[in-house]
Amino acid sequence: METIILFSPLVGAIIGGFGWRVIGEKGAMVLTTGLLFLAAALSWIVFLTLGDTTQHIHILNWISSGDLDVNWSIRMDRLTAIMLIVVTTVSALVHLYSWGYMAHDENWTENENYKARFFAYLSFFTFTMLMLVTSDNLLQMFFGWEGVGVASYLLIGFYYKKPSANAAAMKAFIVNRVGDFGFLLGMFGLFYMTGSLKMDDVFAAAPALADTQLHFLWTDWNAIELIGVLLFVGAMGKSAQLFLHTWLPDAMEGPTPVSALIHAATMVTAGVFLVCRMSPVYEYAPHAKEFILIIGATTAFFAATVGLVQNDIKRVIAYSTCSQLGYMFAAAGVGVYSASMFHLLTHAFFKALLFLSAGSVITAMHHEQDMRNYGGLRKKIPLTFWAMIMGTLAITGVGIPFTHLGFAGFLSKDAIIESVWAGDASGYGFWMLVIAAVFTSFYSWRLVFMTFFGKPRGDHHAHEHAHESPWVMTVPLVVLSLGAIFAGMIWYNAFFGDHAKLVKFFNLPAHEESQAMGEAAGHGTETAAAADHGATMTDTQAEQVQVEEAKDSAGVGPSAAVLAEAGGAPQGAIFMGAENDVIDAAHHAPAWVKMSPFFAMLAGLIVAWLFYIRDVSLPRRLAEAQPSLYRFLLNKWYFDELYDRIFVRPALWLGYQFWKKGDGQIDRAIDGMAVGIVPSFTRFLNRMQSGYLFHYAFAMVIGIVGLMFWVVLNGGAN
Amino acid sequence: MTSADFSTILPEFLLALYAMGALLAGVWFGKDKLALTLLWATAGVMLVFAAWIGLGDIGAHVAFGGLFIDDAFARFAKVTILISAALVMVMSADYMLRRGLLRFEYPILLTLAVIGMMMMVSAGDLMSLYMGLELQSLALYIVAALRRESERSSEAGLKYFVLGALSSGLLLYGASLTYGFAGTTQFSGIVQVVQHGQLPMGLLFGMVFLLAGLAFKVSAVPFHMWTPDVYEGSPTPVTAFFATAPKVAAMALIARLVFDAFGQVPGEWSQILALLAALSFVWGSFAAIAQRNIKRLMAYSSITHMGFVLLGLAAGSAEGVQAMLTYMAIYVTMTVGVFAFILAMERDGQPVTDIRALSLYARAEPAKAMAMMVLMFSLAGVPPFLGFFAKFAVLQAALNGGFIWLVLLGVVASVVAAFYYLRIVFYMYFGKEVEPLDGRMPAVQWGLLMVCALAMLVGIFNLFGIEGAAAAAAAALVN
Repeated sequence: METIILFSPLVGAIIGGFGWRVIGEKGAMVLTTGLLFLAAALSWIVFLTLGDTTQHIHILNWISSGDLDVNWSIRMDRLTAIMLIVVTTVSALVHLYSWGYMAHDENWTENENYKARFFAYLSFFTFTMLMLVTSDNLLQMFFGWEGVGVASYLLIGFYYKKPSANAAAMKAFIVNRVGDFGFLLGMFGLFYMTGSLKMDDVFAAAPALADTQLHFLWTDWNAIELIGVLLFVGAMGKSAQLFLHTWLPDAMEGPTPVSALIHAATMVTAGVFLVCRMSPVYEYAPHAKEFILIIGATTAFFAATVGLVQNDIKRVIAYSTCSQLGYMFAAAGVGVYSASMFHLLTHAFFKALLFLSAGSVITAMHHEQDMRNYGGLRKKIPLTFWAMIMGTLAITGVGIPFTHLGFAGFLSKDAIIESVWAGDASGYGFWMLVIAAVFTSFYSWRLVFMTFFGKPRGDHHAHEHAHESPWVMTVPLVVLSLGAIFAGMIWYNAFFGDHAKLVKFFNLPAHEESQAMGEAAGHGTETAAAADHGATMTDTQAEQVQVEEAKDSAGVGPSAAVLAEAGGAPQGAIFMGAENDVIDAAHHAPAWVKMSPFFAMLAGLIVAWLFYIRDVSLPRRLAEAQPSLYRFLLNKWYFDELYDRIFVRPALWLGYQFWKKGDGQIDRAIDGMAVGIVPSFTRFLNRMQSGYLFHYAFAMVIGIVGLMFWVVLNGGAN
Repeated sequence: MTSADFSTILPEFLLALYAMGALLAGVWFGKDKLALTLLWATAGVMLVFAAWIGLGDIGAHVAFGGLFIDDAFARFAKVTILISAALVMVMSADYMLRRGLLRFEYPILLTLAVIGMMMMVSAGDLMSLYMGLELQSLALYIVAALRRESERSSEAGLKYFVLGALSSGLLLYGASLTYGFAGTTQFSGIVQVVQHGQLPMGLLFGMVFLLAGLAFKVSAVPFHMWTPDVYEGSPTPVTAFFATAPKVAAMALIARLVFDAFGQVPGEWSQILALLAALSFVWGSFAAIAQRNIKRLMAYSSITHMGFVLLGLAAGSAEGVQAMLTYMAIYVTMTVGVFAFILAMERDGQPVTDIRALSLYARAEPAKAMAMMVLMFSLAGVPPFLGFFAKFAVLQAALNGGFIWLVLLGVVASVVAAFYYLRIVFYMYFGKEVEPLDGRMPAVQWGLLMVCALAMLVGIFNLFGIEGAAAAAAAALVN
């Protein structure tokens, strides 16, 4: 079944992409969409019937060269199952949605066929994404990682007649390469240290790696910290975290279904998935986790501030995505991977919903994307309006405090904020995320108010002709709305709320709810937990000791085989160290902490209402009062300009030098040899070939003299 | 002479007997009536002998007190020589016949040359070495001048003779120096003298002279000057013969000499061979660029290839010898194929040698052009054709032998050499419109061309056992 899920999108992509001339554009669309729905249905079956143990499904041998032994195989556990339903469900809905959205694209003329290509790309993307999430080794994951990069490149640049789309596609690819380099280095590091790229071997070796030093660049590092950070650099690129985020807003050049699928729900969450997947490694790398927390929280804040002032409806949502990914990383950074995955799941639903709704608005408004030209669309496109409201309620986190009733984002985002409060002693992460929550609420409601309320602005013609989208586009909106409303409530306990259920759901190895935390309800501290654990050694710690003993007795470096014999890899979908009590501490967070996201949401809503319903001149006046701040935000903290100065222009200059100057020199040198030296040398040699016998004989005599000279010169005689 | 001695030289003896018999028969039946029959019969006899030697007993025998050695190495060379000589003979039949060149002496002279070569590759003594060499050379001097009425052919024969005499002089001088300092002419005796890695000055000079004399036979630079002129002037079938069997024999003889007689001082001769190799492939590559005569082109091509073979030998290892033998076998195959094509290059009954005449040949004869293209790519050493693997093995051996700079130089030279091979392909496919060639190609030549081209592709997967035989041969020589 897993194999069918994995390969049906590939089959669709190949047949749809190469065979559409035979089966027709319509045939390609039906085929790809049908196969995706099949995959989605099977994924849900897998998810709901998932067993307790981690399954390994071998597909093919791939590389076997010396120590490097890599296979194509599926690692089937809870983490994979979650990603399966996210990827296939959103992808299937996006396929369906694209029937409507791509029906009459004004970027193409009447007789150009673009739909089959589009659907093939979508299916190809889905295949590579599934390859990424199902992998049981890092190399196959990297294959998927690069595959989604390629698919993303192709789809961002889908309108290849637009120079801006091509530039955006290239930017996405190149910025991702920076991250990929980190991923590669991390992978090399793991292979260097453990001799294997299989997840099981790597996980088994993680405790030993924590005690190993690795020389890199100019100094020694703790092996696992270094590898953790390097892998996270890869995740930063793919998930558009601060410093490597610049490609994501530009990626909105692609068609809107692409933005929904790739740049909101699935591909950009690959980084989060990577960190959660590598949780057995990160649990032993506290500094790497700190780094993740800081980057994640800062990104959440930064992207939210930029989202405040953007006018392009898709860019607002893009920055929102960037910000929400920061939340996920922050949760992973404090070691609550389940909360991170929870937000990933709910975010996939409501963010895809927001994007698809935005796409519906854009279609209704004849491809107008500037929100300043919207207004009062509530009546024209009611279904889209309600879908957007659902998405907004979900992302801003509307719900009833102290209960588990609320929209998806309420439960997952609150879980993250509480976890970060519990896990980050400095409070930096917590406050960043709460402030970001205020901004999130503000820009989300700003989007709704500017689009659907107030008076129509901009082109009258467009407003008069605005109409609701066809059913193929609204059905996905409805389905995703259901997800945005209920996903949080259904899985809250399994992902975060109930420790016992969480352990069962993720098949966590040897992780018991801390009794100390239960007793010290409300004001628990980590020292108490540590003391408790110090007294009673848990299984995992015992294993760790065993591992170290085994290593000492073997007298060799960290070898996966030794470790596997001694301790074995953690078998669960995610791994939380025995000392990791953040989740329990989060459960017992004080009331003000639990209330803070709610108040943040309210504050953002009220300010947005004041600015865009009550008094529409207020934003302009504020912007005029604070011109430098406004410009700073509008220009996205000048990241693009900065990178342009530091990286792009020097690189271009260097390339230009090589191209215009260096290349010419090299060419001339080679040309000079080819057309200058060679013919004259050839002429010389041919003049030797005079045809006169005595010349030839003379050459032979010279030759023997030369040979004599040569051997004597080389000290042959003695 | 014991019966063991006799049974060891039985193939050579019987072949010699056959040559005598053929001569008598030719004279008896009157001038040239029997020529065609004799040609085919000789080719058949050679193939039979090749099969006999190739499939016959394994093991090493020494006859006549060390004068004659029969081992796996000698057998490999003999089989290659016999087969290539037979192939050259059958493909020359039509050409010789139509130009009135098919005299009955032709197959007999080739047989005698082949006997000389078999003698060479089995030589275990400077005396038998010289005897084999001269038997081969004298036969070849005559066939080079086979077209007596043609000035060029006579000139070729004369040049070859005079320069050959000079090289024989060098060789003999070297032999006498060696004898003088070693006190013996036998290889196994010479190797005793240099047992301790000490090479007396006289012996060193003797070795250099010997190698110089033999370098003439493989046309290694700077002893190659005769090659383009003789290749051009001789009748084309004779050129084809020059380019194949004698090269194998001379190369095998060099290997035999350096390993059996001077095996204790590999550093001394490998530097000489390396120098000759480097000069050969550089000179051969560059000098051929200006050539438009395809026979002269093939002359330089063979110089280049001999350079590469010498490089393998210079490595001084069993790996190098194996690479060299494999290279020779592949080289012979390619050369036979190309000459099968060249023999059919004619217009109005006159042979054409200008490569520009091949312009747009592919339009008229796509299959032949394709086969020729494969052979040219293979000669140039372009993967995935067999020529690449031959070159690769040699360069690999040289690299392991520590000749990294020569390997780099060899790669550069083969890039340069690719120019003139590809130019032929260029003319065939993209040239300007010229008066087309009208020569028909007899079935034998066509078949050889196609088989050789096909071998360049099939050989990648299966070398027909050549690898194993070459490895055994190399092991027999280097121990």
